[in-house]
Amino acid sequence: MKLRELSLDDIESLAVGAWVLGTGGGGNPYLPLLNMRALYRDGHRVQLMDSADLADDDWVGTVANMGAPLVGQERLTDSLTLARAVTVMERHLGKRFSALMSMEIGGANGVRPFMAAAHLARPVVDSDTMGRAYPEAQMTSVAVGDLTPHPLTAVDVRGFESIVHKVPTWKWVERVGRKICVEYGSVAATCQPPRTGAEVKKWGIHGTTTKAIAIGEAVRRAQRRHDDPIAAILAVEPGRLLFKGKVLDVARRATEGFLRGIVRFDGLDDWRGSAMTINFQNEWIVAWRDEQPLAMTPDLICVLDSVSGEAVGSETIRYGQRVTVIALKAPPIFLTPRGLDHVGPRAFGYDLDFRSVFDS
Amino acid sequence: MKRIGIDVGGTNTDAVLIEDGKVVRAVKAPTSEDVTTGILDSLKSLGATGVLAAKRIDGVMIGTTHFINAVIQRRHLTKVAALRLGMPASASLPPFCDWPEDLADLVRGGVWMVEGGHEYDGRLFMPLDEAAVTQAAQQMKAKRLRSVAISAIFSPLDPGHEKRAAELVAAVLPDATITCSSDLGRIGLLERENAGLLNAALADLARDTIAAFEKAIADSGIAAPLYITQNDGTVAEAHQARRLPVYSFASGATNSMRGAAYLSGLADAMVIDVGGTTTDVGQLKHGFPREANSVVKVGGVRTLFRMPDLLSIGLGGGSHVSLDPLKVGPLSVGYRLLRDGIAFGGRQLTTTDVAVASGRLALGDKAKVAHLGAATCEKVFAEAARMAEEAIDRMKTEAGDVPLIAVGGGAFLIPDKLAGVSQVIHVEHGDCANAVGAAIAQVSGECDQIFKDMARPDAIAAAQGIANDRAVAAGADRKTLSTIESEDMPLAYLPGNSVRVRVRVVGDVAAS
Repeated sequence: MKLRELSLDDIESLAVGAWVLGTGGGGNPYLPLLNMRALYRDGHRVQLMDSADLADDDWVGTVANMGAPLVGQERLTDSLTLARAVTVMERHLGKRFSALMSMEIGGANGVRPFMAAAHLARPVVDSDTMGRAYPEAQMTSVAVGDLTPHPLTAVDVRGFESIVHKVPTWKWVERVGRKICVEYGSVAATCQPPRTGAEVKKWGIHGTTTKAIAIGEAVRRAQRRHDDPIAAILAVEPGRLLFKGKVLDVARRATEGFLRGIVRFDGLDDWRGSAMTINFQNEWIVAWRDEQPLAMTPDLICVLDSVSGEAVGSETIRYGQRVTVIALKAPPIFLTPRGLDHVGPRAFGYDLDFRSVFDS
Repeated sequence: MKRIGIDVGGTNTDAVLIEDGKVVRAVKAPTSEDVTTGILDSLKSLGATGVLAAKRIDGVMIGTTHFINAVIQRRHLTKVAALRLGMPASASLPPFCDWPEDLADLVRGGVWMVEGGHEYDGRLFMPLDEAAVTQAAQQMKAKRLRSVAISAIFSPLDPGHEKRAAELVAAVLPDATITCSSDLGRIGLLERENAGLLNAALADLARDTIAAFEKAIADSGIAAPLYITQNDGTVAEAHQARRLPVYSFASGATNSMRGAAYLSGLADAMVIDVGGTTTDVGQLKHGFPREANSVVKVGGVRTLFRMPDLLSIGLGGGSHVSLDPLKVGPLSVGYRLLRDGIAFGGRQLTTTDVAVASGRLALGDKAKVAHLGAATCEKVFAEAARMAEEAIDRMKTEAGDVPLIAVGGGAFLIPDKLAGVSQVIHVEHGDCANAVGAAIAQVSGECDQIFKDMARPDAIAAAQGIANDRAVAAGADRKTLSTIESEDMPLAYLPGNSVRVRVRVVGDVAAS
């Protein structure tokens, strides 16, 4: 098995790239990054491995935090608690994980598996189950693959440990898990339903940590050289420049626990005189150019700060900000009919037939 | 109503006297090393110590860069004891964890983390471990620490644990200066705690600086209360500013924009403040600068201060000019303008030289710049105008043309017509707009809290009530309060229709 030890610089890049892949949600990876800096200062190191090197009967633990980003801003995020979510799962299963994996490469959860891995001395598989960020547990490749949706462990920093032992569907693991999380104070460290090596190889979205590092590296290099960071991203990742402009208006409302809303943009430079609106549900869902749908989920819509190239989140975007909108390609599994059922525009309540921006 | 506004800048100390809404006199004096002398000099040349001293001055409002410069230059900082109430959460990210190392080494006197804090809905996260707080205070005493910063999880929602811990610490360390993070508002533990730590680090400097200001005023013979201007364009009474100096970090740009609003009579407009080296472009809404909502770094430390949203470009009265190829800025001769500019016998061509050659300014020796033809001057001005237009366009948040107020010593670079601008307004005393902004400053109060299971209008009304009370506590006249900002943000993944409401109100300084 080939392992690649990540440098702290790789992790700095991962944090920037994971935030870009967060497509507006997933939470800013700043606090996980601070944890990783502290862990590296204390001598911990983490290893990345390719999913192809997993044995079919290996067990893989999928790590993620659940909850409101705002609560995370107060309680911060703690590496030992994440590690405990994993060990609680191992104790429950009576099996040892040979590796950990990310549930959601986009946003803070793109970095969190490494926080657990640093304490548990396990490699992290270079795969995840979203290829970006999505708001709910059924919006994953493993749910599209109809893999077993239980058990789930959820732990709190004060020592609480909960196990969702059995549920019929991924929507149910989301519902019951969310209730536990709310009782904890709207944040919980979780180990998602365990996967075998064979399942990860078949249903995982591969190479996403490497991809996030490459995007982050491109942005950081461009910042150092005062180059255009957007062009730098598009040079390392097949994508499309959709719009440059500034935020005219942000309307937000919370429904069913999600942050939904619309951002309106007014064009700058080559897009002067043109308008864009983007609907969001935590993540950017549909982008409209001059009232025509231009890009939609599962294509990744990324709103970036035009100067720094860093991602702008739906919770913090504000009027007057100068941004560039790009699209990146969706993981192929989400482009299948089953995939679109889970994460296509209709899964978010938009009566639109999916049309990829890359097909136009 | 008679007020004196003073802006203590790095180069000049500007002072204005405002009487019944009019600028009676405006002066500039060099800033002095000891602060007091420079202020005294400017008060003298303002005439305030002469004939005016006999009459009543209602207030002296001072804006200063002392506090931010201390952090940036790592000077005059006090060692701080950091006490965080939130264990067992947050243990892996202790206080100072994201500070630049050199600054952390200077300020970190010790870190104590004990159980305590609240949840987003006001429930207890953990009971406060009072015995551990007292023990921490005893250790602080043993280390001879005198400035303490206390932070707790969700303290903007419930400051109870911070206030109780402050009592316990004061019982052991009666002479300590204690900063509670809940006094600095805003959700985001690390950023709020950082603000508290910086505030505690400025404890000694704030005491000394404000004492120096008070001495200068007393020496000048003026008997008027002292106010210090804050980042958001309002003032705090001196005793309040001594307690919370971080609120007075970056008042310069805000004061300029507020001064521009006052001098022009416009409450909604773009402002371009052209200094010697840089130009700041910002937007006035209801007479106040639109604020940045994002994380602001001060001396490398992440904070959530109320700062104006500004775009700065390298254009000013001292900007270097090269003619072939044509380039204006970003390098500048800065405060050496009157020595290094060609019109003043120096060797560096600047925008001021071009203005002298073209007759826009009557300064220096016009003969020394006679070689600059009218066409050349026009080209330079056109380039400066293009730079200004681009910056204005980037900061504008509406599609139509907007009025633009041009202030600052380099405002001569802004022509009367610009693309995207309905009208360019040059105002008298525009070069002292910052001191004018200080003189007219009001008092504010803010509330940033999460409200649960409340209808949106009720939540906003509740926030408004809290903000009003805070403004009055800070010295505002309740009858004059008005809301200048109100925003509400529904929260993702929180049950019970949680909404975060931020309201800011301002009012006139209450008569003492």
